[in-house]
Amino acid sequence: MGSPAVVIDGVSKRFRMYHERNQSLKAAVMRGRRAKFDEFWALKDVSFEIPRGSTFGLIGENGSGKSTLLKCVAKILRPDKGSVAIDGSVAALLELGSGFHPELSGRENVYLNASILGMKKSEIDARFDEIVDFAGIGEFIDQPVKNYSSGMYVRLGFSVAINVDPDILLVDEVLAVGDANFQDKCMEKFADFRRAGKTVVLVSHTMGSLRTMCDEAAWLKHGSLVEVGAANDVVDEYVDEGHVERVELVDGGSRWGSGEAQLTKIELLDANERATTRVHTGDAITFRLHFATTKPIDKPVFGLALETVTGVYAWAHHSRDGQYVPDRIEGVGTIDLQVPALALQEGMYDLNASIVDYTTTHTFDFLRSCLRFDVISRTPHESGGIAVLGGRWGNLAETKAPEPGRTAEPRAKTPTRRRSRQASQ
Amino acid sequence: MPGCGHGRSGLPNGDDRLGGREQDIFGGRGGDVPVSVLADLGSSRDLLTNLTLREIRSKYKRTALGQLWSLLNPIAQMATYSVVFSFLLRAQPDKGSPSGLDVFALWLSAGLLPWLFFSNAVTTGMGSLVSNANLIKKVYFPREALVVANTLSWLFTFSIEMAVLVVAILIFGGSPLLYLPATVFFMLVLAVFALGVSFLLAIANVYFRDTQHFVAIAMQVWFYATPIVYPISIVADKHHQLLALYRINPLERFGEVFRDTMYNGRWPSWSNTVYTVLVSACVLVVGYVVFKRYEGRLAEEL
Repeated sequence: MGSPAVVIDGVSKRFRMYHERNQSLKAAVMRGRRAKFDEFWALKDVSFEIPRGSTFGLIGENGSGKSTLLKCVAKILRPDKGSVAIDGSVAALLELGSGFHPELSGRENVYLNASILGMKKSEIDARFDEIVDFAGIGEFIDQPVKNYSSGMYVRLGFSVAINVDPDILLVDEVLAVGDANFQDKCMEKFADFRRAGKTVVLVSHTMGSLRTMCDEAAWLKHGSLVEVGAANDVVDEYVDEGHVERVELVDGGSRWGSGEAQLTKIELLDANERATTRVHTGDAITFRLHFATTKPIDKPVFGLALETVTGVYAWAHHSRDGQYVPDRIEGVGTIDLQVPALALQEGMYDLNASIVDYTTTHTFDFLRSCLRFDVISRTPHESGGIAVLGGRWGNLAETKAPEPGRTAEPRAKTPTRRRSRQASQ
Repeated sequence: MPGCGHGRSGLPNGDDRLGGREQDIFGGRGGDVPVSVLADLGSSRDLLTNLTLREIRSKYKRTALGQLWSLLNPIAQMATYSVVFSFLLRAQPDKGSPSGLDVFALWLSAGLLPWLFFSNAVTTGMGSLVSNANLIKKVYFPREALVVANTLSWLFTFSIEMAVLVVAILIFGGSPLLYLPATVFFMLVLAVFALGVSFLLAIANVYFRDTQHFVAIAMQVWFYATPIVYPISIVADKHHQLLALYRINPLERFGEVFRDTMYNGRWPSWSNTVYTVLVSACVLVVGYVVFKRYEGRLAEEL
């Protein structure tokens, strides 16, 4: 649609890596300058355009400069070379509720935060109810936000940011906020956004969501642009290159346990034993758990569970039920769970992993949402839900069709009549 | 889902909410020239209002006396200095002329309140970037708004204090009302001066955290180097050569100006007027230019 919303032209960004983070005058005077530092180019001559009205993804490994680029577009960082030209108002969802003052009420903070994001008072007035509704804060709006639960805090922050209604929205993997219900509302809001012809720039590690949400994508590697183009093509190449991302705790993940044995890394491997976060329905896959112990553990039990990102419990299996319990583990090692044919429908899934003792009452380590991956369906695919049953339609046998009206009528009426009789008694 | 109703049409550029900020091209080198400070601040008026309100509201949040503290503080200081300097050290300022007032506490307050405003605004303004580091690293907005809002919040407090002082002087028979426009004008000039200094120190404090400790000491020295708790006549009588040096200090000039309009009940001298206005304007311009020059790297340095 016409001119691009964002033109990134030869952008380079240099960071200084200080050897000692000593911002003191004495140190500066002693050395005759501020501090020794190494230069590090986080972005190197990156140029591309983001078309107006598109949803644009930025992909790349950690440290590839995605977030730096996003911050340059958001004007938080200033490029050392090149320029970013933006046509339209911008709002960035980098951290939610970052402008909140804990002692002030939700109401005061909404006004404060919205004005920091560039809204005028009249606009905030007009949208205030919508903001509070969307966040689901209700009567707590006049309480100081320090009394809010972390969920409420983040929801209010998200609600303010999304209601700024910018022409260009920058999102840095903050979508994993709130409960399933709130996530649905967020996705709905994003859909609204795209329908309204606004531009969304998304940084994400989840290839599936990038494929489904984005029209175009840019791939960054060590600060340089590798490719830009249709999202599907770029994601394909990214995955094909073997540049699969490292396994790490998904934001919002958590862990607990006594720690004598710890899960150091969780991998999802495809049939060729390559780590991936994108698999197809029916694929043979392997979950590989890397562990390390601080002391020998007798008869440990490894467990895995899957949830959809919306929080539906989909599957679980532990190694005691799997009748595979090693007598003892010590030091560092791995254990696999092999799935011959993945019977999951298309969607995004979160993996929980754990090491517990034989009685499964003592937890050594529990990792919640330690791996998020996408399942992509192959044609022919089944229509919906979580599970793939491999069901086949067939055996169509025709008998004479009943005349419409006759058979349906009494069935529909009988309960009604019964009910009305009961009511009159 | 219903509930997130979207009243707006699907036109991507159907409105011009952000007015002048709609088209924003930046990049290249840092340190763009301040085309118009006022226009810049005008476009973020609502932001300034809200940031200022945040400062004012949060300052005395969860205190039983609330905003009263902003009055109790200067009153306590005034009482202390009155006892020490008037009773113990026998500092004797000239009678207010032509007002004829002879109340040490009032004379002191007319000089002390502007100093307290300046000192508070500068000390907290210096930390305004560092204490909002989280915000600066995550959201783009005109960074100078933080410093300006800080000065404005103290200007609000200062105004209340001065209003109380006006009433007090009226009770004791002074005539500050006639010169009130001049008082208000010089309060704004002093705010400009404080803002300029805040800009400089706020930036300096980001790059060298020593600044805040250094300034704390400097403020002490500056306070006693300014004839606030003692009359300048002490210096003028005994150390002629020092007087010229004293007169360089803009705060000395401000003190004189406020004592004229509040305590003495006369118009301030032209030389003081010109000096304070010029110095304040220069400091603001320098402060703003320096601020803009180093503002670009704030998110990295914090």
